[in-house]
Amino acid sequence: MTDVVIAGIGQTEVGEHWEASLRELGAEAIRAAVKDSGGLLPQALFVGNMLAPNLSRQAHVGALIADYAGYGGIEAVTVEAAGASGGAALRQGYLAIASGLVDVALVLGVEKFTDKIGPDVDEALATAFDSDYEAMQGLTLTAQAALVMKRYMHEFNVPADGFAGFPVAAHANGAGNKNAMFQKAIKPEVYAKAEMVSEPLNMFDVAPNADGAAALVLTRRELLPQGDFSQPLVKIIASANASDALALHDRSEPLTFSAAKISVEQALQKAGIALEVIDFFEYHDAFSIYAALSLEAAGFAAPGQGWTLASDGSITLKGRIPTATLGGLKARGYPGGASGVYQAVEAVLQLRGSAGANQLNGAMFGMIQSLGGPASTAVTHILQRPD
Amino acid sequence: MTTPHPQHSPTLLKPANPVGIIGYGAYVPRYRLPAKEVARVWTGKTGGLPIKEKAVPGLDEDVITMSIEAARNAMLRAQIDPQELRAVWVGSESHPYAVKPTSTLVAEAIGAVPNTQAADWEFACKAGTEAMVAAMGLVGSGMAHYAMAVGMDTAQGKPGDALEYTAGAGGAAYIVGPAEEALAVINASYSYVTDTPDFWRREYQKYPEHGMRFTGEPAYFKHITEAAKILMEAAGTTAKDYKWAVFHQPNTKFPQRAAGMLGFSMEQIEPGLLVPVIGNTYAGAAMIGLTGILDIAQPGERILMVSFGSGAGSDAFDILVTEKLNERRERATKTQEYIARRTEIDYASYVRFRGKLAMK
Repeated sequence: MTDVVIAGIGQTEVGEHWEASLRELGAEAIRAAVKDSGGLLPQALFVGNMLAPNLSRQAHVGALIADYAGYGGIEAVTVEAAGASGGAALRQGYLAIASGLVDVALVLGVEKFTDKIGPDVDEALATAFDSDYEAMQGLTLTAQAALVMKRYMHEFNVPADGFAGFPVAAHANGAGNKNAMFQKAIKPEVYAKAEMVSEPLNMFDVAPNADGAAALVLTRRELLPQGDFSQPLVKIIASANASDALALHDRSEPLTFSAAKISVEQALQKAGIALEVIDFFEYHDAFSIYAALSLEAAGFAAPGQGWTLASDGSITLKGRIPTATLGGLKARGYPGGASGVYQAVEAVLQLRGSAGANQLNGAMFGMIQSLGGPASTAVTHILQRPD
Repeated sequence: MTTPHPQHSPTLLKPANPVGIIGYGAYVPRYRLPAKEVARVWTGKTGGLPIKEKAVPGLDEDVITMSIEAARNAMLRAQIDPQELRAVWVGSESHPYAVKPTSTLVAEAIGAVPNTQAADWEFACKAGTEAMVAAMGLVGSGMAHYAMAVGMDTAQGKPGDALEYTAGAGGAAYIVGPAEEALAVINASYSYVTDTPDFWRREYQKYPEHGMRFTGEPAYFKHITEAAKILMEAAGTTAKDYKWAVFHQPNTKFPQRAAGMLGFSMEQIEPGLLVPVIGNTYAGAAMIGLTGILDIAQPGERILMVSFGSGAGSDAFDILVTEKLNERRERATKTQEYIARRTEIDYASYVRFRGKLAMK
């Protein structure tokens, strides 16, 4: 199969963009990505977005942003898979290019939280759940993550500060990312003293909701001029998407992210590589417990042992399997359905050798994973450094 | 939506005839509700506290009685004939009546009726400073010799809401008159307003609503810093030219951060930073902060005052103290004396004093 490559990347700062609208954020990221690609002309736009119909009263985001960004007329569609919307949009772009039906595709992740505030946002996020059985009972994503974490800590005898390493590592990496919402490292003592959000989740176990947009330009290597291109071309060597029951009570193993497990296995198989050669992992650390369960699902740790990779430093930039290398959801910020595209942009920066202070030495393969809800959708991609 | 940059139009408000502050007076009610007492009731003592404690009005106090107290203090310092006041204007978010002015009662109580303007002003927390700008215009045009502007509030905070920790009570009254009689000359003012819905209370609602963090960056900080920057740029000044500064103070951190953003030190804002011990007095906040500064300022010292009102806007004032201040400030109760006059109450008394129990 021909190589699908990422020819351009773009992103806005992640944060509370009170004065920028959904379409403005989207267009800004698109302009940056197209410029980065040397001006490739897209034929299709795949937008990952979760909350616009709820928070901005705006569906039909694909056509809206294609038009606003100056590409009126092209194919444009929104892809929705809750928090995994960005990863799912990337997969749609990948399929379109790999199939040969589209030559140049834009993938955009965009989320605008701050059109609403407070309980309206919690309610919108809870639509990622099984609405009839979970959201209806008043469950929020944070409260559910707290229940899962509590059970996990009980089952596997995890100490109270067992998860501290996740936000500490993420914030240390956020300090090197000028687009991150939080660019300040934190100490374990700060974690220990932080206010509870939903016991046992404290403030630092929860990624902050944020506005942001990230974009990619995808094409096939063969369509580009040989020799020098404007940017080193990072290859997408595997794409996999798996699903699981939305409701936690419909799962036989509530402490296993089985969709994440399946999508990683499929991605590795398609890439034809072993997990051991993966150099870094951009996971969906919406909550510290998600980070632990994602590491276990991918196979980096045995069940019940994911948290130890945080406490022993394995997930830091110098560790065995660096994660959240530019801050992750926790420190870069959680721009909802845009998160999966941010992960791709950040993986490209690592593989191009453009990650600045956070650059990993000699990284060849990066794995990125975008989750919807508690891994009810799990989209995994593996990216490879340019030859 | 775009906001045209104000530098394209004339900026400073400078009256034809120079004006200044002839007299000023503060008022703070006696009762104090510690923020930790609110936390005890609502959060089991967890979470950070935005201030130490807030002032609470007694059972027989409201914006009218409190405005009269402050107005009398201003009259004591000014020593003018109340019949010479051609305006008594009161800015507040908590006028006792929806229809029927606070200002006529205040004017009557200090003997300023009947040959006077009287009206209540409304612009969230900058209603009082807006009245000050109008007083500058009335006096500066020659239409009046003296005019009084009051900013006073008994602020409302919904039980359990973040605002309940800070919604305090208090304010100040100012008499504006000719600069040559002033204890402090108002060199100029500048106002910066936009349509920014950060905080509001609709008709018949008991408590205001707010846009959480939207009240910070795009509302408070943007308007305060823009108003201050544009005023200083037009006046050709920097933070170093001012001995003191006072900003609207909804909590302890906001004015400290605004000061830092504008290049002011913590020493420059210290005497005017009263929110930690009296709470956010809304329309009274910047104005009573200025009384704290005038109580200690020396002739020749320059003061920057910047208010903020939600909705949103800021009024910035460039003020210069004259040699008349030293004598006049001794004629009435000082702000720190009101703050020291303190009776601590518990949450239950607060609920009773503020009428928060539904009796039927």
